[in-house]
Amino acid sequence: MTVELRVSEGWLTVCELSALIPGRGVAALLPDGSQAAVFVDRAGRPYAIANQDPFTGAQVLSRGLVGTVAGRAFVASPLLKQRFDLESGRCLDHDEVAVRTYPVRTAATSAAR
Amino acid sequence: MAAATPTPAIVLIGHGMVGQRYLEALAERGATATHRITVLCEEPRPAYDRVHLTSYFSGSTPEDLSLTPPGFMAEHGIELHLGDPAEAVDREARTVTSRSGRVFPYDVLVLATGSHPFVPPVPGKDAPGCFVYRTIEDLLEIEEYARTRTSGSVVGGGLLGLEAAGALQGLGLTTRIVEFAPRLMPVQIDEGGGTALLRTIENMGLTVHTGVGTQEILTGEDGSVAGMRLSDGSTVATDLVVFSAGVRPRDQLARAAGLTVGERGGIGIDARCRTSDPRVYAIGECALAADGRVYGLVAPGYEMAETAAEDLLGRAKEFTGADLSTKLKLLGVDVASFGDAHGAASGSLAVVYSDSRSGVYKKLVVSPEGVLLGGVLVGDADSYGLLRPLTGSVPPVAPEQLVLPAGLGAPVTLGPSALPDTAVICSCHNVTKKAITACADLAEVKKCTNAGTGCGSCVKVIGRLLPSAADKGLCRCFPFSRSELYEIVRTRRLTSYERLLDGHGRPEARGGEGCEVCKPAVGSIIASLAPTLGASGYVLDGEQAALQDTNDHFLANLQRNGSYSVVPRIPGGEITPDKLIVIGEVARDFGLYAKITGGQRIDLFGAGVEQLPRIWARLVDAGFESGHAYGKALRTVKSCVGQTWCRFGVQDSVRMAIDLELRYRGLRAPHKLKSAVSGCARECAEAQSKDFGVIATASGWNLYVGGNGGATPRHADLLAQDLSDAELVRLLDRFLMFYIRTAEQLERTSTWLDRLEGGLEHLRDVIVRDSLGLCAELESLMADHVAHYRDEWAETLQDPERLRRFVSFVNAPGAPDPTVRFVPERDQVKPDLTALTLLPVGGPR
Repeated sequence: MTVELRVSEGWLTVCELSALIPGRGVAALLPDGSQAAVFVDRAGRPYAIANQDPFTGAQVLSRGLVGTVAGRAFVASPLLKQRFDLESGRCLDHDEVAVRTYPVRTAATSAAR
Repeated sequence: MAAATPTPAIVLIGHGMVGQRYLEALAERGATATHRITVLCEEPRPAYDRVHLTSYFSGSTPEDLSLTPPGFMAEHGIELHLGDPAEAVDREARTVTSRSGRVFPYDVLVLATGSHPFVPPVPGKDAPGCFVYRTIEDLLEIEEYARTRTSGSVVGGGLLGLEAAGALQGLGLTTRIVEFAPRLMPVQIDEGGGTALLRTIENMGLTVHTGVGTQEILTGEDGSVAGMRLSDGSTVATDLVVFSAGVRPRDQLARAAGLTVGERGGIGIDARCRTSDPRVYAIGECALAADGRVYGLVAPGYEMAETAAEDLLGRAKEFTGADLSTKLKLLGVDVASFGDAHGAASGSLAVVYSDSRSGVYKKLVVSPEGVLLGGVLVGDADSYGLLRPLTGSVPPVAPEQLVLPAGLGAPVTLGPSALPDTAVICSCHNVTKKAITACADLAEVKKCTNAGTGCGSCVKVIGRLLPSAADKGLCRCFPFSRSELYEIVRTRRLTSYERLLDGHGRPEARGGEGCEVCKPAVGSIIASLAPTLGASGYVLDGEQAALQDTNDHFLANLQRNGSYSVVPRIPGGEITPDKLIVIGEVARDFGLYAKITGGQRIDLFGAGVEQLPRIWARLVDAGFESGHAYGKALRTVKSCVGQTWCRFGVQDSVRMAIDLELRYRGLRAPHKLKSAVSGCARECAEAQSKDFGVIATASGWNLYVGGNGGATPRHADLLAQDLSDAELVRLLDRFLMFYIRTAEQLERTSTWLDRLEGGLEHLRDVIVRDSLGLCAELESLMADHVAHYRDEWAETLQDPERLRRFVSFVNAPGAPDPTVRFVPERDQVKPDLTALTLLPVGGPR
């Protein structure tokens, strides 16, 4: 099983699903030089959002801890702890802030772009 | 009048509790902006909490008792004249003249002059050594006079009399109470309650005379109080006398101004709190209410203040009488009465529980239909906050269940949740349950509703009504505090966060991911207990890996630009030149910024996540270990150079610091732990500002605990003195394990110790005298920790699987993060923040 992320060029294989620890993230370098943070939850469901923490500019969201609030998964930035909804990218602590999200899927075989 | 005052002037005479409440009522209604307000106050200080006057003797300062928020007068443009009481009112000219001779014109006059203590006309009543008990000044005078005296008597065994007796006892005087009525607190409680109260008070060493009057105050040769002659013919010796035989309304000013005054005193008012002159209001204890009563309690006074404020604005509100319910702690005894306490209503029945051994007496008065009419509670008044609001209704459980102590018969399950939304919880400010439950915490309740700021008897119930106060849960995931989770993990031997969450989490959190608060907390608990649980001591193994904060996850400290810092352990701050050179070389070769830390070691900043293993390979090779700067764990044990070099030193502080740092290295705790060892009393290592500090003495070591620097500095407390090396280590083992076991998440030892019930003395009981029989277990937990310690970085470097995480990108393992860049500064580097181009807020496109 691999984890794939859709970017403008198509589906990008990021890593083996087994490389992800449930509840933790990894960062992926995207073809345009930007970065995504990819997570998997306990149930094996993957999520992908931008890796850049909008409050500090640092590329660190992949290093935050994953949690659940009201049934929805979030990641807490490791720098100043703001939480971001993993599906919508919305910051749960500041309504007006959001980060980009990416379509993500797990695939049985490595799909070509 | 063509030249009428543009803004109407209010003059308030008296700045006591009720006067201040009136000002607040005006401010809340915006009337301070539309009126010019002047306050004349006799006392030298603004309004304070007279109800809790006696708490001055248990450490409250006059500032603590103040009811006037700083800046309140200025904020509302109120002119307050302290120490300048009103002397005369001219109703024709509409002016008030103060003692200093100033004249204040008014459009509206409010009399809140309160009352004065009644002193029975007995011979000798004015002798030096006779006091009343009403103001902070009275209290200061009594305190001063009592300094050189040994005994005191209180005339009057009512509410205030018992308060005063408590104060005298608090001053160390042998105390006597003389009450004319056949029982104590005759107004509030019945004979049974009086008997219970009497017994308890006598057991405290006070002498009580009931049914006896005071006939004469006897004086000694110097003319000051020496004794009293009582109506039963006996004489008793006493050094001072406090008259507390009731109060009388202060109505002289009104009387002189020609206002209607009651036959037995009190300024006559109507239901709108207006006197016989519609421009003049009277509120509080000076007023004779429309129901013909003078109210000596604060709650009716507040109600009158509200009424007068509403009336001023032309709004309809009436004061027609008030509830005389009261709850007080007198001489440490809870006493409460509410509603029809004496069972005056015809046909009323009583349910009584009385235990003279424990001094508990409870009586509920009910109607034949079961409606709760009132009651008396002595010795245990915990249920007052619940019973009073139920007055007038049929309680949800049988009355006998409401008076039986918990554990006797059927347990009383009546909690505040049983109260209707309309139940008045705070009767001083007339605040309902509904208004209270709308607030988030006690601070908000006090701020928004004033509930709990009057007599304070409702605070306990308010606490139980508030979700946040009732819920000690660590976070939204667990209903348990950290210390409770510690016990669950320890006793159930759980090493899996998911099992803990799914088995012990809140229902709505089970099966979820948890959160960023409880994950590291549980990770820390499992790490603290790892050897005992048989769990891996390595914090990044298996499921534990998902729990650690990023710092623990990468065994380094995340910095603002996404780079990490590296801190090798330098035990005791002692380092060889060769090791120092290695640190220098590593910093140079990896381009790291170097800084000496406050904990006597060296911090290397600016490492990319993929550089960490290579940096640590060099450091471990040179004999360094992880410094755990990234963990909620022991940081450093700082030391001075000690006896070996210093001419003042009396012990080898460096060796002790190294021993302690090596013993406790890697110990995971609720928060970081800092320590220091000083070689003499000069304290160069600043040990008293540490979680645990050790100071050398000529014969051993003194151990200090609970110190802190930082934002809320706290000097450490001396726990034990002149300890041998072995005694010191044993005590520290116990101290640290007890802290880890009982502290809350992110609670430093300083706040933990402040919060610990019984404080330092309790800590001493537990870890020095072993009062809980815990010490052997605490020591064995620490022995396990010491025996199983391994260097996390050495372990990580040996395992390619563990090293896999140290990449910036999962899909480009060798590549550094291009946004982690540096620019030069002072011959070193600093983060290049321009590389972190921030998306505009709301950013994604």
